[in-house]
Amino acid sequence: MTPVAATATPRLRVDNVTLQYKTPSGGTFTALDKVSFEVPDQQFAVLVGPSGCGKSSLLYLTAGLAEPTSGDIYVGGQQVDGPGADRGMVFQGYTLFPWLTVRKNIEFGLKRRGMPAAERKEIVEFYLNEVGLRRFADNYSKQLSGGMMQRVAIARALANDPQILLMDEPFGALDSQTRLQMQQLLLKVWEHSKKTVLFVTHDIDEAILLGDRIFVMGARPGRIKEVLDVPIGRPRNLDMVMDPEFIRMKRNIFHQLHDGPDDHAD
Amino acid sequence: MSKRNSWLNRCLTPKTSLPAQVIWSASGLAWVLLIGLWASLSYGGVVPAMFLPTPGAVFDAAMRLARDGTLGPHVWASVEVVMVGFVISSVVAVPIGLMMGSFRVVQAFLEPLVNFIRYLPVTSFVPLFILWIGIGLEQRVSIIIFGVFFQQLVMIADVSKGISKDLINASYTLGSTRRDAVLHVIAPASLPGVLDTLRVTMGWAWTYLVVAELVAASSGLGYLSLKAMRGFQVDVIFLAIAVIGLLGLITDQLFRFLRLKVAAWAQ
Ligand SMILES: Nc1ncnc2c1ncn2[C@@H]1O[C@H](COP(=O)(O)OP(=O)(O)OP(=O)(O)O)[C@@H](O)[C@H]1O
Ligand SMILES: [Mg+2]
Repeated sequence: MTPVAATATPRLRVDNVTLQYKTPSGGTFTALDKVSFEVPDQQFAVLVGPSGCGKSSLLYLTAGLAEPTSGDIYVGGQQVDGPGADRGMVFQGYTLFPWLTVRKNIEFGLKRRGMPAAERKEIVEFYLNEVGLRRFADNYSKQLSGGMMQRVAIARALANDPQILLMDEPFGALDSQTRLQMQQLLLKVWEHSKKTVLFVTHDIDEAILLGDRIFVMGARPGRIKEVLDVPIGRPRNLDMVMDPEFIRMKRNIFHQLHDGPDDHAD
Repeated sequence: MSKRNSWLNRCLTPKTSLPAQVIWSASGLAWVLLIGLWASLSYGGVVPAMFLPTPGAVFDAAMRLARDGTLGPHVWASVEVVMVGFVISSVVAVPIGLMMGSFRVVQAFLEPLVNFIRYLPVTSFVPLFILWIGIGLEQRVSIIIFGVFFQQLVMIADVSKGISKDLINASYTLGSTRRDAVLHVIAPASLPGVLDTLRVTMGWAWTYLVVAELVAASSGLGYLSLKAMRGFQVDVIFLAIAVIGLLGLITDQLFRFLRLKVAAWAQ
């Protein structure tokens, strides 16, 4: 670990990370090529990029669910070595535990930690309110819509009070109407918690609306092509997608993503 | 009658629910047809009574054996053997099967062996077991265990292999240890599949029981029907078969009920 003064330690530091997969033909495929970046405390950072550029891989590495071929990742100054409750994650697919009710899903991490019941209840109630699912607290996941399931997944990750929240296209499978509601909800929840977030999306509007800083990635090999700060103040709302600043930025990212010689437009 | 609401039309549409009366009528009809066919063949004299007894004769046999007190002990002897064999087998197979599907090394260790034994016909071991264990209860229990255990292992391993890796990963990001992942993700996620496996293998346990009782036993429904064969009491053979069928139907319903109760989330 590098000895850095506490105030200067970024919440997340990705240092020269390369990830290679073995191909069935015996070669290697470079999913991420010497990726480095930092996310300071309380920042909402967004990764955008074409399909297959390694966005999910980068989150899995940060979560400690996979290991980089070379390079290191630090969260709160600690080198990542395996998964832990300090890095919460909302997955691309639905990962609620179907045998548990909404309430018990949110409680899952707290229970593993051995938190007393009274304390657990208080936290669970708070997050049930945050994501607007009080009425559904005792439902099982098969009785929930896709948007509700992702709300539970967000609440479940936040209940653990992680150092950083990793979100892998959490709204990718939702219809556009629900998606807008979810973005609004996430903006609200984030205003309350000011958690450091690393958020993956395909959707440029979503990236600008939610993010403080956007990392534009390129594919083959996966790398960071451009870092952009979003010049729009907070608190944000859905109307801001019509701001000239917003549109200028959207055009910029659009060209970044679609003009590259080696990237597919998708 | 509108086309959309006609129940006849619904009957012919795949994967469509039907009113309970229609379901019950269809189930009842199957029994009526079976017993009707049986009655017409036997009462009509198409098949001689020596080979096919009338339903009435089988009912009389049931009354007779119930009254003289022989039916009850035979039924109980069979139920006891099935229960003991099935419970011992399941109690061991469920945890090992879950491990086998979750840990690659356990799978590598057990799978070749299990798949070898699984294909050995149980019946070929009956003489060996008689030689080793004799013809007591233990012998019949052993045959049931031998017939059911290895099948259970493979089926339960498949159940736990089917659990999504994402669920386990999600539990890790929530602070689960590996032990937590086994106890609080793999185990509950496997429960419906495990209960289904038990329900299916329970049927096989009954099959092996009768095999064991036909060869070497002094009580039980298999023994009862063997003895009846020697005395040309075809009505008693039919009675034994009917009782085994009924007991199977009851255990099947119990498992369905259990699954509905403890794994309601998976219905
Ligand atoms: N286990 C694996 N073995 C081999 N190649 C893999 C594996 N996992 C991912 N890849 C490859 O690595 C690249 C990056 O995958 P990743 O899932 O991180 O992309 P992504 O940016 O999240 O894509 P998407 O937007 O479609 O979710 C892809 O080209 C993928 O084919
Ligand atoms: Mg992805």
